[in-house]
Amino acid sequence: MFGKKVFMPFAVLGDPNYEDSLKIIKGFAKNGAGALELGFAFSDPIADGPTIQKANNRALENGITTEKSFEIIEEIRKTTKMPISVMLSYNIAYNYGPEKFYQKCSTLGVNGILFPDVPLEEASGLIELSKKHKIAQVFLVSPTTTKERMGALNKCAAGYAYLVSLLGTTGTRPEMSEKLPELIRLCKSNMKLPVYVGFGISKPEHAKKVVMLGADGAISGSAFCKIIEQNLSSRREMHKRTSKLCLEMSEAVKNA
Amino acid sequence: MFVPEMMVPAQKELEKAFNENAFEKDFQDELDSLLKDFAGRETPLYYAKNMSKDLGCKVYLKREDLLHSGAHKINNTLGQALLAKKMGKKEIIAETGAGQHGVATAMAGALMKIPVKVFMGEKDVKRQKLNVYRMKLFGAEVIPVMNGSKTLKDAVNEALRYYLANVETCYYLIGSVVGPHPYPRIVQHFQKVIGKEAREQILSKEGKLPTTIIACVGGGSNAIGIFDGFLGDNKVKLIGVEAGGNEKKHGKTLGEGTVGIFQGSKSYVLQNSDGQITEAHSISAGLDYPGVGPAHSFLKDTARAKYASATDNEAVEALKYLCKTEGILPALESSHAIAYALKNKNDFGKDDILIINLSGRGDKDVNQLMEEI
Repeated sequence: MFGKKVFMPFAVLGDPNYEDSLKIIKGFAKNGAGALELGFAFSDPIADGPTIQKANNRALENGITTEKSFEIIEEIRKTTKMPISVMLSYNIAYNYGPEKFYQKCSTLGVNGILFPDVPLEEASGLIELSKKHKIAQVFLVSPTTTKERMGALNKCAAGYAYLVSLLGTTGTRPEMSEKLPELIRLCKSNMKLPVYVGFGISKPEHAKKVVMLGADGAISGSAFCKIIEQNLSSRREMHKRTSKLCLEMSEAVKNA
Repeated sequence: MFVPEMMVPAQKELEKAFNENAFEKDFQDELDSLLKDFAGRETPLYYAKNMSKDLGCKVYLKREDLLHSGAHKINNTLGQALLAKKMGKKEIIAETGAGQHGVATAMAGALMKIPVKVFMGEKDVKRQKLNVYRMKLFGAEVIPVMNGSKTLKDAVNEALRYYLANVETCYYLIGSVVGPHPYPRIVQHFQKVIGKEAREQILSKEGKLPTTIIACVGGGSNAIGIFDGFLGDNKVKLIGVEAGGNEKKHGKTLGEGTVGIFQGSKSYVLQNSDGQITEAHSISAGLDYPGVGPAHSFLKDTARAKYASATDNEAVEALKYLCKTEGILPALESSHAIAYALKNKNDFGKDDILIINLSGRGDKDVNQLMEEI
């Protein structure tokens, strides 16, 4: 399902509002994305830097809810068959009801679920739900993940391995980590799943580089959230620029 | 533990270091000596004669307010800073609400020669200016947090984010029985000295156990610290007092919250039906928090402890009362516990013995009181 040479853009569902969010994500689908990663807004995300925090807040201030987030996914699903993964703080799914959440995702044709604040140790019940509802349970792999731990993750994780490129929160950075080549190598050699690299990937050259280093895909979120933030007064520019960046990133990945 | 993958090895390393050190005689001796000679333990269990007369029962105050730094927080910061030193960590970070934990961490950092960064909500920076200055005097860097409600919860978020990025060199010294495992256990371990002492002291003074223990609850560290000594004494009532706030907002996490996953642990939390965390409110920065330690959630669910609340106004009145009646200026946080005893005095009879945990002194609140009242 989750393939190779994939660019996977991330957006917060409902950022900056329902209509524009829908249009931005549809724009991703039309501009080269190989898969979509859609985030549910949360008031207190601990793994996100300032840019995605603001995106969460914009969505919440403009009335996004769990139900409305699902509605956006439903609309997107009507227009594309590409893999869709959702990423959210576990509290959102916990309050919705975990079983009900997986069921809903399954009905909408969601292919992967990632809770960045649920490590393997807390995930056994969720892995069961994911199998029951035929959705890939996606896990983070990070620079602090040992080879042994990658082995353990390899047994339970599905879909793709979300490899966190550096220690820290989400956000754009001018340079990529020096340790990245070794990290990608380690992850590739210990995990069977496709490896998608995220965190700190904001430019086409970053996306190209991770694929050249052996990764199967690149994920970028903050760069899109920043475009939204900087173009709130001009929806046209917002849509034009998010689509343009998505196309450039996707081509960089394909040409790597 | 509900933390991102990046933090998992660090939490395991912390748990291992805690298990290997905290129960060793050398570590305990070093900590005991610091608690005694640096922090001023043991703290008195004071028979509040005038208040006892007013309430018609015996009232004892556990005087954590007399500790160096002015609150119980130092029990935990000395313990954890010692652990950070044993682990060879290069930097300590902390979150703070009222500033008491920040001050106590800054002191411990100065003592152990480890640099300290304190994350503090901008709203709290403003209402606790004195403590901000004190932290700086001890050489700590205070980082104002501009996100969200600009209070304790946002300071915890920022500290967690900094920790994520510096997890290999940095020690996150959390100040309450909250956050991801093993923090709640570690903080309870270092705070249980309050209850241990109080139990010994009351037995020596009264020859019997108290009937009721009362403590304020924000994250819940002072309350769990004193409750811990009496958990096995099933006849001793344990009462936690949360921030009742004003007509609009409050910090009654156990009273009105629901179970959720927040800042690394599963516990009661103030949230809407979608699981979005709602803003808490209290006149006291230390109780202005929408979460609470999982141990309190357990004590609530098993009915071993009872949780009540006192409003902003009741807390201020209680603060004034204790000043005039006993010559003691309590922190606004601790004043919530005093307020509970005052407003429920009809529940207590002459055979009752109350211990109220006076978790901190109110000097830090004088500026705010002058401005707001």
